[in-house]
Amino acid sequence: MEKFTIEATLENLPAVTEFITSSLEEKDCSIKIIMQMELVIEEIYVNVASYAYRPNIGTVTIYKSFEDTPPAITVTFVDSGTPYNPLEHEDPDINAGIDARQIGGLGIFLVKKNVDEISYERKDGQNILTFKKFF
Amino acid sequence: MEIKKELNGTTLILKIIGRLDASNAQELTGTLNSSLDGVKELIFDLADLKYVASAGLRALLMAQKRMNKQGSMKLRHVDETVMEVLEMTGFADLMTIEK
Repeated sequence: MEKFTIEATLENLPAVTEFITSSLEEKDCSIKIIMQMELVIEEIYVNVASYAYRPNIGTVTIYKSFEDTPPAITVTFVDSGTPYNPLEHEDPDINAGIDARQIGGLGIFLVKKNVDEISYERKDGQNILTFKKFF
Repeated sequence: MEIKKELNGTTLILKIIGRLDASNAQELTGTLNSSLDGVKELIFDLADLKYVASAGLRALLMAQKRMNKQGSMKLRHVDETVMEVLEMTGFADLMTIEK
Protein backbone atom coordinates (compact mmCIF):
# COMPACT_ATOMS: atom_id res chain seq x y z
CA MET A 1 0.00 0.00 0.00
CA GLU A 2 1.28 3.45 -0.91
CA LYS A 3 0.27 6.64 0.85
CA PHE A 4 0.28 10.31 0.02
CA THR A 5 -0.38 13.18 2.44
CA ILE A 6 -1.16 16.67 1.22
CA GLU A 7 -2.82 19.91 2.36
CA ALA A 8 -6.49 19.63 1.48
CA THR A 9 -6.85 22.65 -0.80
CA LEU A 10 -8.58 22.89 -4.18
CA GLU A 11 -5.25 23.84 -5.76
CA ASN A 12 -3.89 20.40 -4.87
CA LEU A 13 -6.56 18.51 -6.81
CA PRO A 14 -4.29 17.80 -9.83
CA ALA A 15 -1.60 16.29 -7.55
CA VAL A 16 -4.13 14.02 -5.86
CA THR A 17 -5.60 12.89 -9.18
CA GLU A 18 -2.11 12.24 -10.51
CA PHE A 19 -1.27 10.03 -7.50
CA ILE A 20 -4.06 7.66 -8.54
CA THR A 21 -4.15 7.93 -12.33
CA SER A 22 -0.40 7.49 -12.77
CA SER A 23 -0.70 3.96 -11.35
CA LEU A 24 -3.70 3.17 -13.52
CA GLU A 25 -1.81 4.28 -16.61
CA GLU A 26 1.10 2.02 -15.66
CA LYS A 27 -1.35 -0.86 -15.43
CA ASP A 28 -2.70 -0.12 -18.91
CA CYS A 29 -6.19 0.70 -17.70
CA SER A 30 -8.64 1.88 -20.35
CA ILE A 31 -9.17 5.61 -20.82
CA LYS A 32 -12.75 5.06 -19.71
CA ILE A 33 -11.73 3.60 -16.34
CA ILE A 34 -9.16 6.35 -15.83
CA MET A 35 -11.74 9.06 -16.54
CA GLN A 36 -14.22 7.44 -14.16
CA MET A 37 -11.55 7.35 -11.46
CA GLU A 38 -10.65 10.99 -12.08
CA LEU A 39 -14.27 11.88 -11.56
CA VAL A 40 -14.53 9.83 -8.35
CA ILE A 41 -11.30 11.28 -6.93
CA GLU A 42 -12.34 14.83 -7.80
CA GLU A 43 -15.77 14.56 -6.21
CA ILE A 44 -14.46 13.03 -2.96
CA TYR A 45 -11.42 15.30 -2.70
CA VAL A 46 -13.30 18.53 -3.47
CA ASN A 47 -15.72 17.72 -0.66
CA VAL A 48 -12.86 17.27 1.81
CA ALA A 49 -11.03 20.35 0.55
CA SER A 50 -14.17 22.49 0.71
CA TYR A 51 -15.73 21.41 3.98
CA ALA A 52 -13.65 19.17 6.25
CA TYR A 53 -11.54 21.86 7.93
CA ARG A 54 -13.43 25.01 7.02
CA PRO A 55 -12.45 27.77 7.77
CA ASN A 56 -9.01 26.31 8.49
CA ILE A 57 -6.77 24.14 6.36
CA GLY A 58 -5.83 20.57 7.26
CA THR A 59 -4.33 17.58 5.57
CA VAL A 60 -5.73 14.54 3.86
CA THR A 61 -3.96 11.22 3.47
CA ILE A 62 -4.74 8.99 0.51
CA TYR A 63 -3.85 5.30 0.38
CA LYS A 64 -3.87 3.17 -2.75
CA SER A 65 -3.45 -0.57 -3.18
CA PHE A 66 -3.96 -3.02 -6.03
CA GLU A 67 -5.13 -6.56 -6.56
CA ASP A 68 -4.35 -8.64 -9.62
CA THR A 69 -7.04 -11.27 -9.86
CA PRO A 70 -9.40 -9.77 -10.68
CA PRO A 71 -7.64 -6.46 -11.28
CA ALA A 72 -8.84 -3.81 -8.85
CA ILE A 73 -7.75 -0.65 -7.08
CA THR A 74 -8.68 0.25 -3.51
CA VAL A 75 -8.38 3.87 -2.42
CA THR A 76 -8.86 5.31 1.07
CA PHE A 77 -9.24 8.98 1.97
CA VAL A 78 -8.49 9.90 5.59
CA ASP A 79 -9.02 13.35 7.10
CA SER A 80 -9.30 14.63 10.67
CA GLY A 81 -11.95 17.22 9.93
CA THR A 82 -15.60 17.61 10.89
CA PRO A 83 -17.38 14.23 11.07
CA TYR A 84 -19.09 13.71 7.73
CA ASN A 85 -20.46 10.59 6.12
CA PRO A 86 -21.09 11.40 2.46
CA LEU A 87 -22.87 8.08 1.98
CA GLU A 88 -25.73 9.29 4.17
CA HIS A 89 -26.57 11.86 1.52
CA GLU A 90 -29.86 11.03 -0.16
CA ASP A 91 -29.42 10.45 -3.89
CA PRO A 92 -30.80 13.20 -6.10
CA ASP A 93 -33.92 12.30 -8.07
CA ILE A 94 -32.41 11.91 -11.51
CA ASN A 95 -35.87 11.75 -13.07
CA ALA A 96 -36.99 15.07 -11.62
CA GLY A 97 -37.98 17.77 -14.07
CA ILE A 98 -35.86 20.85 -14.56
CA ASP A 99 -37.68 23.00 -11.99
CA ALA A 100 -37.46 20.36 -9.26
CA ARG A 101 -33.84 19.55 -10.01
CA GLN A 102 -31.59 20.27 -7.04
CA ILE A 103 -28.21 21.86 -7.60
CA GLY A 104 -26.45 19.80 -4.90
CA GLY A 105 -25.86 16.13 -4.17
CA LEU A 106 -24.64 15.22 -7.63
CA GLY A 107 -21.01 14.73 -6.68
CA ILE A 108 -21.39 11.86 -4.24
CA PHE A 109 -24.03 10.33 -6.51
CA LEU A 110 -21.45 10.22 -9.32
CA VAL A 111 -18.98 8.63 -6.91
CA LYS A 112 -21.41 5.83 -6.01
CA LYS A 113 -22.24 5.22 -9.68
CA ASN A 114 -18.59 4.83 -10.64
CA VAL A 115 -17.19 2.54 -7.94
CA ASP A 116 -17.92 -1.09 -7.12
CA GLU A 117 -17.72 -0.89 -3.33
CA ILE A 118 -17.66 2.06 -0.96
CA SER A 119 -17.73 2.41 2.81
CA TYR A 120 -17.37 5.11 5.46
CA GLU A 121 -16.07 4.86 8.98
CA ARG A 122 -15.46 7.43 11.73
CA LYS A 123 -12.59 6.27 13.87
CA ASP A 124 -10.11 7.97 16.22
CA GLY A 125 -11.40 11.39 15.18
CA GLN A 126 -10.96 10.63 11.50
CA ASN A 127 -13.24 10.35 8.50
CA ILE A 128 -12.23 7.22 6.59
CA LEU A 129 -13.78 6.71 3.17
CA THR A 130 -12.71 3.62 1.22
CA PHE A 131 -13.74 2.53 -2.23
CA LYS A 132 -12.83 -0.26 -4.60
CA LYS A 133 -13.07 -0.39 -8.35
CA PHE A 134 -12.48 -3.35 -10.64
CA PHE A 135 -10.88 -2.67 -14.00
CA MET B 1 -10.52 25.15 -19.70
CA GLU B 2 -11.02 27.75 -22.37
CA ILE B 3 -14.32 29.38 -23.35
CA LYS B 4 -14.84 30.78 -26.84
CA LYS B 5 -17.81 33.09 -27.31
CA GLU B 6 -19.61 33.78 -30.55
CA LEU B 7 -22.69 36.00 -30.60
CA ASN B 8 -24.88 36.09 -33.73
CA GLY B 9 -27.84 38.38 -33.07
CA THR B 10 -29.61 36.75 -30.14
CA THR B 11 -27.85 33.39 -30.54
CA LEU B 12 -24.84 32.81 -28.29
CA ILE B 13 -22.49 29.92 -28.98
CA LEU B 14 -20.14 28.97 -26.16
CA LYS B 15 -17.39 26.55 -27.10
CA ILE B 16 -15.97 24.91 -24.00
CA ILE B 17 -12.51 23.46 -24.48
CA GLY B 18 -10.70 21.13 -22.09
CA ARG B 19 -12.00 20.12 -18.66
CA LEU B 20 -14.93 21.54 -16.76
CA ASP B 21 -14.32 20.77 -13.10
CA ALA B 22 -14.35 22.21 -9.59
CA SER B 23 -11.32 24.36 -10.35
CA ASN B 24 -12.95 26.30 -13.17
CA ALA B 25 -16.74 25.87 -13.12
CA GLN B 26 -17.00 29.29 -11.43
CA GLU B 27 -15.44 30.83 -14.51
CA LEU B 28 -18.19 29.38 -16.71
CA THR B 29 -20.86 30.58 -14.28
CA GLY B 30 -19.30 34.05 -14.41
CA THR B 31 -19.28 34.03 -18.20
CA LEU B 32 -22.93 32.95 -18.25
CA ASN B 33 -23.97 35.62 -15.77
CA SER B 34 -22.33 38.35 -17.82
CA SER B 35 -23.35 37.13 -21.29
CA LEU B 36 -26.95 35.95 -21.25
CA ASP B 37 -28.87 39.25 -21.20
CA GLY B 38 -30.96 39.38 -24.38
CA VAL B 39 -29.86 35.92 -25.54
CA LYS B 40 -32.73 33.81 -26.89
CA GLU B 41 -30.79 30.77 -28.01
CA LEU B 42 -27.79 29.41 -26.11
CA ILE B 43 -25.71 26.72 -27.77
CA PHE B 44 -22.87 24.91 -26.00
CA ASP B 45 -20.41 23.41 -28.45
CA LEU B 46 -18.84 20.57 -26.46
CA ALA B 47 -16.79 18.88 -29.19
CA ASP B 48 -13.58 19.65 -27.30
CA LEU B 49 -14.86 19.19 -23.77
CA LYS B 50 -13.23 15.99 -22.58
CA TYR B 51 -14.26 15.86 -18.94
CA VAL B 52 -17.07 17.18 -16.80
CA ALA B 53 -17.54 16.82 -13.02
CA SER B 54 -20.50 17.76 -10.81
CA ALA B 55 -19.34 21.38 -10.48
CA GLY B 56 -19.62 21.67 -14.27
CA LEU B 57 -23.03 20.01 -14.29
CA ARG B 58 -24.24 22.58 -11.78
CA ALA B 59 -23.17 25.40 -14.11
CA LEU B 60 -25.02 23.74 -17.02
CA LEU B 61 -28.14 23.25 -14.90
CA MET B 62 -28.16 26.91 -13.88
CA ALA B 63 -27.84 27.90 -17.53
CA GLN B 64 -30.72 25.60 -18.48
CA LYS B 65 -32.95 27.01 -15.74
CA ARG B 66 -32.26 30.55 -16.90
CA MET B 67 -32.70 29.80 -20.61
CA ASN B 68 -36.05 28.12 -19.95
CA LYS B 69 -37.25 31.57 -18.90
CA GLN B 70 -35.85 33.52 -21.83
CA GLY B 71 -35.46 31.14 -24.78
CA SER B 72 -33.81 27.80 -25.44
CA MET B 73 -30.55 25.98 -24.85
CA LYS B 74 -28.85 23.03 -26.47
CA LEU B 75 -25.66 21.04 -26.19
CA ARG B 76 -23.95 20.24 -29.46
CA HIS B 77 -21.24 17.72 -30.45
CA VAL B 78 -21.12 16.07 -27.03
CA ASP B 79 -18.08 13.84 -26.49
CA GLU B 80 -18.69 10.22 -25.46
CA THR B 81 -17.21 10.49 -21.95
CA VAL B 82 -19.16 13.66 -21.22
CA MET B 83 -22.31 12.03 -22.59
CA GLU B 84 -21.95 9.17 -20.13
CA VAL B 85 -21.93 11.58 -17.22
CA LEU B 86 -24.97 13.41 -18.62
CA GLU B 87 -26.82 10.10 -18.94
CA MET B 88 -25.79 8.84 -15.51
CA THR B 89 -27.20 11.93 -13.82
CA GLY B 90 -30.39 12.21 -15.86
CA PHE B 91 -29.15 15.47 -17.41
CA ALA B 92 -29.47 13.93 -20.87
CA ASP B 93 -33.25 13.92 -20.39
CA LEU B 94 -33.37 17.50 -19.11
CA MET B 95 -31.41 19.06 -21.93
CA THR B 96 -31.59 19.15 -25.69
CA ILE B 97 -28.58 17.33 -27.06
CA GLU B 98 -27.44 17.25 -30.66
CA LYS B 99 -24.84 14.63 -31.43
